[in-house]
Amino acid sequence: MGAELSALTAGNPGIGGLAVFIGLVRDMAADKTVGAMTLEHYPGMTEKMLTRIEAEARERWPLEASLIIHRHGRLTPGERIVLVAAASAHRQAALDACQFLIDWLKTKAPFWKQEETGAGAKWVEARASDDDAAARWKTDQSGA
Amino acid sequence: MKLLYFAWLKTKTGVAAEEVVPPPEVATVADLLDWLKTRGPGYADALADPEALRVAVNQEYARPGDPVAAGDEVALFPPVTGG
Repeated sequence: MGAELSALTAGNPGIGGLAVFIGLVRDMAADKTVGAMTLEHYPGMTEKMLTRIEAEARERWPLEASLIIHRHGRLTPGERIVLVAAASAHRQAALDACQFLIDWLKTKAPFWKQEETGAGAKWVEARASDDDAAARWKTDQSGA
Repeated sequence: MKLLYFAWLKTKTGVAAEEVVPPPEVATVADLLDWLKTRGPGYADALADPEALRVAVNQEYARPGDPVAAGDEVALFPPVTGG
C-alpha cells in the first residue's frame, strides 16, 4: 500500500492533499462470525466500470492523481478488499473525490460478496444505504 | 447471444455461461427474461423477482426496454456488493 501511494504523489509537488479509503474484511456480519469472504466479479465490465468511475471523479474535481484497486477471490478477516485514493492541490477536492469513488463503486462496480459463516456460505445483499450514499453524488449529467 | 450468470443466479440456473438463440420475437431485455424463465425451473426460480435482478448488455447496465440482438453479451446478476 505504501508503495502504491508513494507512486501516486511522487514527482508532483503540486499535490497538497491525498485522501485514501481502504475497505477491509470484518469478522462479524449480523451476529454470525465471518470466516472468509469470496468476491466474484465480471471480468471486462469490472475494469470498464472502475475506469469510468475514476474518469468521472477526474472530471468533477481538480485531481492531480487518483487510484482504485479492488481485490477479488477469497479473503479473510483483516485483509484489504479495496483502496481508493484521490490527490489534489487542496484537501476538499481530495476528500470529496475519495468519498465519491467509494460511494459510486459500491453501487456500480460488478462485484458480489459471499460470506462463509458457521451456518454456511451466503451471498451478501445490497443495502439501501449504499444506494442513498451514491444518490447524493447524482447530477443531471451523471452517466456512469 | 452469450449469456453470463453471476452470484446466486449462477447457483440457481446451474449455468455460468451459455450461448443461446432466442426466438425472433425476443427484441428487448424484458422479452429475453420472459423467454429465459420458460427454459427450466432453475431459470424460473432465478428470475422470479425482477427487483432482485440487474442486467448488463455488452457490459453496460441495461433497462427492461433496451434492445438485445444476436452477438450481444448479456449478463444477469444481483445488485452489486463490492467495495
